Amino acid sequence: MTTTDPSSRTTVSALAAPEGGGFPNPGLPPHEHRAADVDPRAERRAERLVAAMFVLSILGTVLFVASYFLFSPTGTNLLAEPDTLHAVRWNTLFTGLGLAISVFFIGAAAVHWAKTLMPDHEMVEERHELGSDAEGQRQAVQILSDGIQESGITRRPLIVTAMVGAFAVLPIAVLAPLSTLGPLPGNKLHHTFWKAGLRLTRDHDGTPIKASEVAMNSIFHIMPEGLTNETENYLEERAKAAAVIVRIDPSIGQDEESLANGYNGILAFSKICTHVGCPAALYEQQTHHMLCPCHQSTFDVTDGAKVIFGPAHRPLPQLPIEVDAEGYLVAKGDFPEPIGPSFWDIHKEK
Amino acid sequence: MSTTTDTRGSSRSDAPEKGGRMARLGSVGGDWLDQRVGGARLVRFFARKIFPDHWSFMFGEVALYSFVILLISGVFLTMFFVPSMDEVVYDGVYEPLQGAHMSKAYESTLHLSFEVSGGLLMRQIHHWAALVFMVAIFVHMFRVFFTGAFRKPRELNWLVGFGLMMLGMVAGFSGYSLPDDVLSGNGLRIAEGLMLAMPLVGPYLSFFLFGGEFPGHYIIPRLFTVHILLIPAAILGLIGIHLAMLVAHKHTQYPGPGRTDKNVVGYPLFPVYTAKAGGFFFLVFGIIALVSATTSINAVWIYGPYDPSPVSAGSQPDWYMLFTDGGLRLIPGWESTIFGYVFSWNILIPMAFYGAFLAFLALYPFLEAWVTGDDREHHVLDLPYNVPVRTGLGVAWISIYLILCLGATNDLLAIALKLSINDLTWLYRISFFVVPVLVFFVTKRLCLAIQRHKRDLALHGVETSKVVRMADGEMLEIHEPLSDYDRWVLVSADQFRPLKAGKGVSGLRAKASSFFFKDYIEPVTPADLRKALEHGSHEQHKIDELIGAGTGDHATN
Repeated sequence: MTTTDPSSRTTVSALAAPEGGGFPNPGLPPHEHRAADVDPRAERRAERLVAAMFVLSILGTVLFVASYFLFSPTGTNLLAEPDTLHAVRWNTLFTGLGLAISVFFIGAAAVHWAKTLMPDHEMVEERHELGSDAEGQRQAVQILSDGIQESGITRRPLIVTAMVGAFAVLPIAVLAPLSTLGPLPGNKLHHTFWKAGLRLTRDHDGTPIKASEVAMNSIFHIMPEGLTNETENYLEERAKAAAVIVRIDPSIGQDEESLANGYNGILAFSKICTHVGCPAALYEQQTHHMLCPCHQSTFDVTDGAKVIFGPAHRPLPQLPIEVDAEGYLVAKGDFPEPIGPSFWDIHKEK
Repeated sequence: MSTTTDTRGSSRSDAPEKGGRMARLGSVGGDWLDQRVGGARLVRFFARKIFPDHWSFMFGEVALYSFVILLISGVFLTMFFVPSMDEVVYDGVYEPLQGAHMSKAYESTLHLSFEVSGGLLMRQIHHWAALVFMVAIFVHMFRVFFTGAFRKPRELNWLVGFGLMMLGMVAGFSGYSLPDDVLSGNGLRIAEGLMLAMPLVGPYLSFFLFGGEFPGHYIIPRLFTVHILLIPAAILGLIGIHLAMLVAHKHTQYPGPGRTDKNVVGYPLFPVYTAKAGGFFFLVFGIIALVSATTSINAVWIYGPYDPSPVSAGSQPDWYMLFTDGGLRLIPGWESTIFGYVFSWNILIPMAFYGAFLAFLALYPFLEAWVTGDDREHHVLDLPYNVPVRTGLGVAWISIYLILCLGATNDLLAIALKLSINDLTWLYRISFFVVPVLVFFVTKRLCLAIQRHKRDLALHGVETSKVVRMADGEMLEIHEPLSDYDRWVLVSADQFRPLKAGKGVSGLRAKASSFFFKDYIEPVTPADLRKALEHGSHEQHKIDELIGAGTGDHATN
């Protein structure tokens, strides 16, 4: 190791010496007195104002504590029935105002005190360079190299090699607990709750839908039959199974395969956006576009839900459907491809 | 050792005369502390530390104080919040949701809001303080940027501050996700989608973070630990380093008479700044409390508990995450499949851009030092117009940031302005490339114009609007020269010459340097001033002769 003398460091700099030697610093300007410095009445006024603001803060604290109990959301409330949103609003307003007054005026008093009554003569403190001089740096290097010598790190390659090995192996220990953070994806991203024969049911009330009930240009938010609160991994399954059905006039359909997977112009699509997974089901009836509210990917349901605008790339996967003997819409199977955002091995069979 | 004893003894005997019992108690207590923690040394070191005064130095304080408010209100929230995704049926006081299935996290948020006195107030204080925290960090960061306060020796502290900004964003996002409402759940789902897009590791990342499939039962307890332990601890640690370096470097100051790179001019920590800065904490707290008492924020009961199915239009993240959403909206739907594996460019490109965009900011001090080769310590700040290229780059950076934020609100703007959302998106896509360039040149030109104006001001003084017509028809405006004190700020800037290639300077570095100093305006020299003053006094002489007034008479009007 070598030391460099800070003063002899050779550097290239765009800094140029000021032409004509530059201007001399005129030094601090003469001090200007404030009203309270020269006028005893202004001083007394400031003093009384500061004290008054501290007293105001006390009143604010009293208001805060009182309103905690006099405007309770569930108990005594002077202005509203308990257990109502009104009670909560009054509680928030009065406790908040009390707190605001109590803390604000402590601050205002302290700042006013400092600005009007405490001395405002500017003071000057010298700065010192943080770096040491050459001798100081030399000593520091000496201490370190002595320490290195004493540790024997340079003379004992066996220990060093073993130590490097130990530190290199240690992170493997971290991988073990990390791997238990969650299961491996397996084929979970490739499959949903849908399977052949499951009826399409209205989201939330769970009633099945007859093909005859689906009016032209309408949209239904659907879930598979049997997916209820009692289902294992209920939310996870909902997050994948969420879908919509729309009915279009088959004559405006542009994608034969898509129409064939539907029933009389009734088409079922995954509701999960293929961009990053928001529910993409703002349906525009005139244009037959489905819009994702998060990033505005737009899908054309007359053309197999292909992307016509926005950041998504893949079409919304289509759920193949038919009607059962009673006229209810049922799935012919699961989505033919994974739903939702693209991922690394989305095109691999699993 | 004996001398210290003597001093203590004498101070004891002095005390009763000076201030009676209090002073005696104080000196005994002080002595006790001094012998155990070296209190006297601490007082000598800190109490009279000088801090300069300027309104723009308060943004960092606002950030610090809103963090303290976050800690205080956050502790209150943890007393009632239950970080669990176990499902319950709601039977609390909020009627519209009675009977609804929801997580305990969401239920406890409702309980905290509706059935705990002051609970909603604390939630709103916490959320408002978080927004103020991030605003203050950003404004503080750009104060530091535009005044060049990041220059040697403060480059590392700039990086610490940058780290604080990043942690603030993580803290905000993790906290926003905890109530488990529809909006925050959609935010998490977007985060899952982004993770899935990572080549090779995406699905594994997502399954490890969520403990299985999205949403699972783990993410909220995990984010809770991140939000209330890991991130605050890291922020506290970095704040400690940030402030320790502030003390070591002493605060920067704006240029002014008597201020140099070798001193710091201002008021002492005790008593002036104890009162001013301490008081300022209460002011910030008071204003946040007032806003929180009167203005609702994040009314999660309106959104409903998280369910992956419902659609909600007009969903925006909190403001500090807007820019990340903007890029995701503006990027076209690019994706390619190579050997059967998917590369989601529509996600990877925005992510890579954000990385580069933020890295530019983090590394800027080192970049500028490389371009200027300036190796001196700087404690006197630059006035932004004196460094046109830096200021232009900063404003251009902000313009990109704002375009991304606007991009993230394109749905709301399209409705408000009755425009097609597709047209608006295209407008932002083009603006993203065009506006920063325009903004850079406009800002640079404005800086140069201000520099020329200030140069005139330094040389000729203030225009008095008094115009005199000479006998020969010549019009002269009376100028009032500046005092030495007023002029100093205008003439104290350093002089620079761009680096030339050769002598260890690479061609690239020379090019960057010439870009940085292009259109350079020479600072006023003493010779310039002498000439201007001579000219001025000559004119003044002519005016005085004409109107027959004594020298300087115009100044009394």
